[in-house]
Amino acid sequence: MGREREIDFLHRDIISINDFSKDEIVYVLESAKAFEHMRKPILKDSVLGVLFFEPSTRTRLSFESAMAQLGGKTIGFADPLVSSSTKGESLLDTVKIVSGYCDAIVIRHPLEGSARLAAEASEIPVINGGDGANQHPTQTLLDLYTIKKCQGRISGLNIAMVGDLKYGRTVHSLACALSKFGCRLYFVSPESLKIPKHIIDDLQNSETEYSEHKEVGEVIKECDIVYMTRIQKERFPDPAEYERIAHTYAIEKDVFREAKPTMKIMHPLPRVSEIPKDIDDSEHAYYFEQAANGLVVRKALLALILGGVK
Amino acid sequence: MRPYKVYAIKHGTVIDHIDSGNALKVVKILKLDEYDQIVTVGIGLESKKMGKKDIVKIENKSLTKTELNKIALIAPHATINIIQEFKVAQKFEVALPQFMENLIKCPNPQCISRNEDIYSKFYKHSLNPLKVRCHYCERVFDSFSLI
Ligand SMILES: [Zn+2]
Repeated sequence: MGREREIDFLHRDIISINDFSKDEIVYVLESAKAFEHMRKPILKDSVLGVLFFEPSTRTRLSFESAMAQLGGKTIGFADPLVSSSTKGESLLDTVKIVSGYCDAIVIRHPLEGSARLAAEASEIPVINGGDGANQHPTQTLLDLYTIKKCQGRISGLNIAMVGDLKYGRTVHSLACALSKFGCRLYFVSPESLKIPKHIIDDLQNSETEYSEHKEVGEVIKECDIVYMTRIQKERFPDPAEYERIAHTYAIEKDVFREAKPTMKIMHPLPRVSEIPKDIDDSEHAYYFEQAANGLVVRKALLALILGGVK
Repeated sequence: MRPYKVYAIKHGTVIDHIDSGNALKVVKILKLDEYDQIVTVGIGLESKKMGKKDIVKIENKSLTKTELNKIALIAPHATINIIQEFKVAQKFEVALPQFMENLIKCPNPQCISRNEDIYSKFYKHSLNPLKVRCHYCERVFDSFSLI
């Protein structure tokens, strides 16, 4: 009988959700529960290097707050203009130097694979805070944590993803993670923003049930989660076409009449017009809770990799 | 079957069973257009195994491991015949390794491997069709698209 590898996140890099087994994802989500309201100085002597080569205020604040609530410190930069990369220093050199100053690094960088490279250059664990269109694993983990928290489980849920499914890295990573949990997926998007074929290939390989749709109304009855995404103006050369699509893929209160009472709407935020403000106080709205869960999951990850918890 | 005649070589390498239509890609990836000796290319030859196949004969050349791996990317069924004194001294099939370092450039211009002074790294992703995955940007590419 084979013994399962013991799950241990101490000093581990968090680069891509594809590096996680299902058991490891479950382990992180279970560990995170204990961090819901935790403010204990379990990372009192730890320093997190925050290297943001492109701005992302919410992700950065969430990491800084997570570290502060656990008694740790952060150093780093939030703006590439003040970093040495504008002086032509390579990413490798920057990471090697900064890894001598702290205990873990969170990096955000516009180029794909930058976090993987940083982890190879670094003696200390690296967390990917977003590498271009590739991965943002703490976002995926907080999405999964949110789903588990509001529905009590992930396995077997019916989950719709709506909007820009072509360029949205969030939905790509989430769809792949959900395929490990036997979820039924509904992809709702305009023709020009359909989910890419390579994601469909992966879903077919994992025998995940899915279907593609033009309107959220077609699937709302079935859904436990409706995951909305932002449709970006710059994807459309014709502003009139953008207006039309953005209107079609905005959610309206009317569709809730057919929804399960427990259905929740999620969104990685920031939103534009796809979720009107009048939905915010509906019992289905869950995107601000989702954003708050980012702090919980990031605290848990920091504690796991820096040895604040066993 | 109409017999075809590609004259025998004394010393060198014969790359046989190249997927039909890919001989020129093999020529390109091995930079044989810059090679200063005779290279013979046969396209659309009949093959019992493959229906149609291409073949490339290179005089007075033996292939390096890197070159063999590059051939495996675009002609995964290729057979290599090493010819000495008009005889096949050695015969083997190419095989793409699980992991390839510094073999090909990542086609994704947003990939960090294109922007830092580092070796590219790829994994074999699937065999049929042959696809490879970049270690850095995690994108999966059709092997034919790499040439
Ligand atoms: Zn790449």
